[in-house]
Amino acid sequence: MQTKYVESSLSEENAVYSEMVKAGDGFLHLVKKGQTVRIVDVGGNQSADTLFFNADEIAERYSVQQTVTNQGNVLIGTGTKLYSNDNRIMLTVVADTCGDHDTLGSACSCESNTCRYALDKRYMHACRETFLKTILETPDMDKRDQVDNINFFMYVPFDEQGNLNFADGISGPGKYVELKAEMNVLVLVSNCPQLNNPCNAYNPTPLKMLVWD
Amino acid sequence: MKNEKILCEQMITGGWNYSRIVKRGQALRLTDVDGGGNASAMLFNAKNFTERFNLGDTLKIQHICRIAKNNCLYSDMGRILMSVTEDSCGWHDPLCGCTHADLIRERFGVKDYQEAHNDFYRNGYDSLLVEMGKYGMTKRDFTELVNFFSKVVVSSNGKMTFVSGNSKAGDFVTLRSEMDTLVVLDTGMHPLNPATEYSRKPILAQLLSCELSTAEDPCFTGCPENGRGFINTANYNL
Repeated sequence: MQTKYVESSLSEENAVYSEMVKAGDGFLHLVKKGQTVRIVDVGGNQSADTLFFNADEIAERYSVQQTVTNQGNVLIGTGTKLYSNDNRIMLTVVADTCGDHDTLGSACSCESNTCRYALDKRYMHACRETFLKTILETPDMDKRDQVDNINFFMYVPFDEQGNLNFADGISGPGKYVELKAEMNVLVLVSNCPQLNNPCNAYNPTPLKMLVWD
Repeated sequence: MKNEKILCEQMITGGWNYSRIVKRGQALRLTDVDGGGNASAMLFNAKNFTERFNLGDTLKIQHICRIAKNNCLYSDMGRILMSVTEDSCGWHDPLCGCTHADLIRERFGVKDYQEAHNDFYRNGYDSLLVEMGKYGMTKRDFTELVNFFSKVVVSSNGKMTFVSGNSKAGDFVTLRSEMDTLVVLDTGMHPLNPATEYSRKPILAQLLSCELSTAEDPCFTGCPENGRGFINTANYNL
């Protein structure tokens, strides 16, 4: 999309919530309607695999296909509205110093690693292990809630011949994306532990989560 | 396909939901009877519905953003649910979703059953949910789908463009099951189809028996990733 670098006017000291998420860890937090959540790529080019759920009705959740169809664009940037399976707006991207976040690559898993890299890459930590652990610790959630996620800070370009390529990251230390919640949302993040993909220079780094009223 | 035999067939009315289990050793051939049709498909492991088509894995394992001949449709478990053995169309859209009631209402107005009986306007989301519900599934099982016969290209800046005329009358695609797969379909129009009138295009669904695939099949030799997906699936089927 037409990348628009939009800085936030919010200052960190006014945040009502702040948490560092180490690589390989999960994060689940309620962000209320009207609140703003910021994800900071602390070390640079670190994939924040992210899902959103309607906190008042878990069956309504982020839908990649509704989001890209409504936007007419597969990349996320300032102004992007994230839609649910019910085709309602869940969050709006209000600030973004990275741009062109990936919607289609989704999360890594032990199982898909065996196809992508080698059969013996099965026993390496993966986002879907983190997602499942976090989901199963949450009342009334299970594997079925694990749908295709957003990869903030990852860049996955396409071409008109139908090819997808993994490219070097366009993020960097301290870049961030900020979203305003249009409903009460559960934000679920897996800080990606992938060690087979050069995107993060084989060095997964922490993410910082901030929330403002 | 070699030694194929048509076991049964069903003409699916345009804008309608349909489902069936396609077992390993069988294939589902979809034919766009009139041209310009669309078949939104969701795929589930017939023995465990929590294993289902995974869009991200399907795209990144094969480095594609469209589905065509010799591509594989992956589950979230590193296994291949179905492979595309025949395809006269050349491009099927895995990126877009389906129509919702609000989109149909905004574009075409309201035509309800009371007024129009079975000519009422239907939408993809509700139709797919109803069909999934017949297997005990709920909205939480709703996941990504493939829009067969529709083409949406993505330019380098991410912009998506619906390409009209992708599928001609009689175009078909054959999906061979690599493991027992529940296919849930809706034959409603593609959400980016710019048609000014509500469209009802029938899709012919034929169930075929066919030979079991081997590692030498072009679906698995096209890239080493699919070769490994075949091994994972073969081990699962033991």
